[in-house]
Amino acid sequence: MNAPDVIVVGAGIVGAACAWRLTQRGLRVTLVDDGRPGATAAGMGHLVCMDDNPAELALTAWSLALWRDILPRLPDNCAWRDCGTLWLAQQPDELEEAERKRQRLADVQVASEPLCASALTAREPTLGAGLAGGLWVPGDGIVYAPNVARWFIEQAGERLTHITGEVIALEEPWLQLRDGRRLQAPAILLACASGANKLLAEQWLRIKKGQLAITDRYPARLSHQLVELGYAVSAHAPDGKSVAFNLQPRPTGQLLIGSSREYDNPDSRPDPVLLAAMLHRACDFLPWLADLNLIRCWSGFRSASPDGQPLLGPHPHRPGVWLALGHEGLGVTTAPGTAWLLADQITDNKPAIDAAPWLASRLNRQEVNA
Amino acid sequence: MTQTINLTIDGVAITVVEGTSVAAALARSPLPAARLSVSGQLRPPFCGMGVCQECRITIDGKRRLACQTPCRAGMRVERDAKFRSDQHD
Repeated sequence: MNAPDVIVVGAGIVGAACAWRLTQRGLRVTLVDDGRPGATAAGMGHLVCMDDNPAELALTAWSLALWRDILPRLPDNCAWRDCGTLWLAQQPDELEEAERKRQRLADVQVASEPLCASALTAREPTLGAGLAGGLWVPGDGIVYAPNVARWFIEQAGERLTHITGEVIALEEPWLQLRDGRRLQAPAILLACASGANKLLAEQWLRIKKGQLAITDRYPARLSHQLVELGYAVSAHAPDGKSVAFNLQPRPTGQLLIGSSREYDNPDSRPDPVLLAAMLHRACDFLPWLADLNLIRCWSGFRSASPDGQPLLGPHPHRPGVWLALGHEGLGVTTAPGTAWLLADQITDNKPAIDAAPWLASRLNRQEVNA
Repeated sequence: MTQTINLTIDGVAITVVEGTSVAAALARSPLPAARLSVSGQLRPPFCGMGVCQECRITIDGKRRLACQTPCRAGMRVERDAKFRSDQHD
């Protein structure tokens, strides 16, 4: 077998999208994955335009535009629904934040509509009383990410070789697998989340544990993904545990309830106290949830860079090593943008958006400044 | 003398010994399944101890686990409408 042009490590939705896009650019790709479920298997699959900073907004808005071409082609088992996001304001001052958010989204041509309390109730009638209003972002949606990742791999066709194996060492242009195989390519793209720490001998990625719970199937009562506008505030507490309301109606009639955040706890067992806090938070918004049956709860691990933004592009000082890491909770949303960006960089083309905010070299600068 | 009680499963009367779980009552009915999976497969009670969630069913209008619910006099146990139409049409 001839050596591939690129080896992608990690077949979650980010690695799978990168592998697919690279084959579209005419490259031969080997995708290697250890077969263990990662964040793609555990997460919600929310396609959401996020605007915590201008670079994140540019990446998510561009990715959502790329998704719009992909979504109609997905098979039914990818469960795409264009349910939009309803951002919920509990307090009147959160409506001011909703208006700022509307303006930021409008600046990148993403439509949204502010809702007063009665307009919010008209759009989602079973919401609890007392909400101040909200913001409706109709372009957001949901998918079932594990099947989308499989579909990307199928779409890649004959230029892609998908192998199962655990990468234990990176000595570019070589990768060493635990079973003794060695793989070689001029470009090696790491899309293996916090697993990259060991391969790079760096501590760039921290795990951020999250928990989800899902109900039994019920007749549909909700038609939007619901997220509290206070999400950014409560979810981004610097350390310790936090919860924020985030709920997704699944096509099966189930309700997927989140979310929680906890740094550096590698224990995958659900934390019942944090789970209870998360469910109480959900009942603040939807009191009738208390009468429903939960059938499963589970945890997963986001991977976070030191500044919370992904590391995309070339390794700062190791030619031939490329990074698609640290997407935290936005890996599903930003998989296409990540894939297009990396494919352009690896093939020496100019990306459609500014790549500078994502370069890992920023981490070295921060260390010097610290 | 053992007490017996009457309940209905999909509207059909069934008599069981007091203390019987709904899962055991389902096992004595003509079709022991509790529900249909998303892909339409029959799902009977499995673990019997409230863990696997396979036996979820509607009891007196609420979703419950059949294996964790004792039968009561007059109880209405209902599988979903699609299940009933598939089995009885």
